[in-house]
Amino acid sequence: MAILSQSEAQAILTKVLSFSKADECEASLSGNVGGNVRTARNTISTSGASDNVSLAVESRFGKRSGVATCNQFDDATLRSCVQRAEEIARLAPESPEYMPLLGPQQYVAAPESFSQRTAAINPDYRATQVAAGMQICDQQKLSSAAFLEDSAGFRAVRNSKGLQAYQQRSGVTYSVTVRTPDGTGSGYATADYNDASKLDTSALTTTAAKKAAMSREAKAIEPGKYTVIMEPAALVANTDASLLAALMGALDARSADEGRSFLSKKGGGNKKGEKLFDERVTIYSDPTNPEIADLTFSGDGRPHQKTTWIEKGVVKNLYTSRYWAQKAGIPDIPRPNGWIMEGGTQSLEDMIKGTQKGILVTRLWYIRPVDPQTLLYTGLTRDGTFYIENGKIKHPVKNFRFNESPIIMLNNLEAIGKPVRMGGNLVPPLKIRDFTFTSLSDAV
Amino acid sequence: MKRRDFVGLTGLATGALFLPSIPGFGSTLVTPERLLETVDVAVKKRLADAALNAAKSAGASYADVRIGRYLNQSVFTREKQVQNIASGESQGAGVRVIANGTWGFAATNDLSEAGLAKAAQTATAIAKANSKVQKEKVILAPQKGFGEVSWKTPIVQSAFEVPIAQKVDLLLSANGKALEGGASFVNSALFQINEQKYFASTDGSYIDQDIHRIWPTFTVSAVDRSSGKFRSRQALSAPMGMGYEYLVPKAKDKIAGPAGSGLVGYKMSYDLLEDITAATREAKQKIMAKSVTPGKYDLVLDPNHLGLTIHESIGHATELDRVLGYEANYAGTSFATLDWKKQNKPYGSKVVNIVADKTQPGSLGAVGYDDEGVKAGQWDIIKDGMLVDYQKIRDQAHIVGQDHSDGCCYAQSWEDVQFQRMPNVSLKPGKAKMSVDDMVKNVDKGIYIAGRGSFSIDQQRYNFQFGGTVFYAIEKGKITGMLEDVAYQANTQEFWNSCAATCDQSDYRMFGSFNDGKGQPAQSSAVSHGSATTRFNGVNVINTARKIG
Repeated sequence: MAILSQSEAQAILTKVLSFSKADECEASLSGNVGGNVRTARNTISTSGASDNVSLAVESRFGKRSGVATCNQFDDATLRSCVQRAEEIARLAPESPEYMPLLGPQQYVAAPESFSQRTAAINPDYRATQVAAGMQICDQQKLSSAAFLEDSAGFRAVRNSKGLQAYQQRSGVTYSVTVRTPDGTGSGYATADYNDASKLDTSALTTTAAKKAAMSREAKAIEPGKYTVIMEPAALVANTDASLLAALMGALDARSADEGRSFLSKKGGGNKKGEKLFDERVTIYSDPTNPEIADLTFSGDGRPHQKTTWIEKGVVKNLYTSRYWAQKAGIPDIPRPNGWIMEGGTQSLEDMIKGTQKGILVTRLWYIRPVDPQTLLYTGLTRDGTFYIENGKIKHPVKNFRFNESPIIMLNNLEAIGKPVRMGGNLVPPLKIRDFTFTSLSDAV
Repeated sequence: MKRRDFVGLTGLATGALFLPSIPGFGSTLVTPERLLETVDVAVKKRLADAALNAAKSAGASYADVRIGRYLNQSVFTREKQVQNIASGESQGAGVRVIANGTWGFAATNDLSEAGLAKAAQTATAIAKANSKVQKEKVILAPQKGFGEVSWKTPIVQSAFEVPIAQKVDLLLSANGKALEGGASFVNSALFQINEQKYFASTDGSYIDQDIHRIWPTFTVSAVDRSSGKFRSRQALSAPMGMGYEYLVPKAKDKIAGPAGSGLVGYKMSYDLLEDITAATREAKQKIMAKSVTPGKYDLVLDPNHLGLTIHESIGHATELDRVLGYEANYAGTSFATLDWKKQNKPYGSKVVNIVADKTQPGSLGAVGYDDEGVKAGQWDIIKDGMLVDYQKIRDQAHIVGQDHSDGCCYAQSWEDVQFQRMPNVSLKPGKAKMSVDDMVKNVDKGIYIAGRGSFSIDQQRYNFQFGGTVFYAIEKGKITGMLEDVAYQANTQEFWNSCAATCDQSDYRMFGSFNDGKGQPAQSSAVSHGSATTRFNGVNVINTARKIG
């Protein structure tokens, strides 16, 4: 049932709306079919498949609203889900931030968000893909732990004001950590796509295996400020918080206006329009970009469109709720999904060649906020940290803990490489001076 | 509660009007008294048998099925208004099998006998596909079937029964206290969870469980527009495996912090209004607090802070799946390997005694049985500073020469496969009588830390950095004022070996983690960590203040 067609999904939503007694009602359906395989110690540990569709109903009486969800689709359950949302709405106090539901909207098309090849993945495909990686590690007497996950589904929205939206999307993600049997070396690689035909688990595992072998017998060097080359996986993670995602997550107009953001100005107001980063920093979002195609409508039905967030180091736009946009008299822009950081043409290898002294970072880990005032974050390097000298990787180094802010980081740019897809974004490798490492970790 | 109130005001009142679509789950409106009842066990047993029989027919040598109905309700407020009230329900079943010595799992929201049979067949097909590339066959520790049994979190009042208006009133009253006290902003929330889980396996268990959790929390912020500084103070509540009785404050559950701090800690009930009043005062104080001078300090850690340190540096480090490498690609491995344990090195000082407990009343991790049908229990992890055991599930026990699971298997929903998750992992209180003031009076240069803050640890659980919610300087045995920009960095073994003393049972409280992430696909679990206030000597403290633009 999970991938309903547009007409099937809208038929259910129309029925849901017909059950509504509220002043306004919006219903959304999300469905996914997918599966996963997880390996460790060069063998499969767990795997699974899931098939689910869920419904969310928001009911409103005047300025009161309530939300209820369910995932069964007989008439009785649909009715009770609507009733439950209505009961909550009746009990809720009036919201001073009430905004009427949106009427019909125009959405751009993003046909690349869905791939039939990804939707057709079956257990044999998954087993074959992870087996290819495990075989490489078996041959090299290395130990791998990997994860392959695919999903295909849809999202549909309909409301009592005439808004309708529907889009299908799919995705596949593979990540692999390869360790040496003595536990002294570890390497990592990852990739994600809408279209599974682009995935090459062998190539990714080979990269991780090479790094694992190279990272044995790491040397301890003193923590301090270093020039670093951050690979894209060190800047944006599929699975953890990340420095660039933290920056993008802080571009909220309301918190800036309210004085509780790095974008807040002394005395009031925000820093939109100010140059806060190196002039080579340009970040925008575009849900139709074929490399990172994503949903073209937001959770509240607003269209996602190509939007520039930072241009040549200047903060150009902040995202906001509809309420705050109206109150503050600012553009009404939803928070983006994926985004694109513009880069140059240099590959990672080119950037290493151009580095006199520095540290190559494969991946960062356990990144957590320390101070929202300065957007300071802490975390550690992991799975391949190397010392670069005279344009070459000279030796592996022990992992570091860092305490750094992406704002400071993007003011200390030395070079920007060619962007690659990472976690649904396009992210270039970055060379950054004076990156702050505060202690050493014994972890491999 | 009177029945009329219940019918009129309960979100879950309508929640129970969900008419489960499963054949046999009923098709007429239920009476209010039944609103909080779980689904008929006989129906679930029939569905479970359909899955188990289909799995066996498809060639599985072992199968288990979890039929779940998961309810949640969340109330979010800010300042004088409700931001959102949401009530969620998700139902479905997950079937796990072993075929050709390999695991397979499939989940579906089609709760018909045919739907579960199909999921069982899919799970078996997955297992067979994977078995072609599998090298180590699954070995399960034996587990007797328990027959038809049940367990329920021992709550006094389900939070779902309480009228939404009452919850909203409480949160808005709390926000009012903050605004009266001069807060610039305040957000508060109440999360409630009910997991109705039915587990059956080919071992002969049919286990019905009804699990409840609750978490009231808030953030108070103070903004100084003239300097552009803003600071926040979060709630000192703990998420608990309790009902709404947690929000009915009792004097016996309040523990005073060290003299001079004005802090109050909470045991099995929580005074939201009292805490938010204190939080407002402290958020404003934080703006003016002295920035810490980096260096070595003796740390006195409140249980509401120490729980997170226990969680990260002991709880996760002693998960056997991590130790063996099963989490290497995501959550990481552990320094506490089987080889390391054999070397008999101390994990901590002799006052460090860590117990795992899946039965602790009020805890988030308390269950009757885990998600592979193993009865909950308790066992020692660290005894007198030495690592003595890990946390295990059925397919790991043989690797460490044991013949039983510890009952640590859990899945966040019917849709996710169960795997090894942390039990409640707690530091035993000291046996000698010692109050927090007794502890502080012997500290010459130290910092008292309460509440969760920034936390980060490496993938093998060596190097960590923790912040906190509030920090107080201790000088010559006395609290002398509030500090800011504090974080401590340490190596797990050095840190626990610097553990000098822990207060007695009278100071013991639980910390809770409502959303602990692990696994791929990542899953969330809830777990508590108990401790008394504890002292660590000579820990490295850094100053986290930075300047931008």
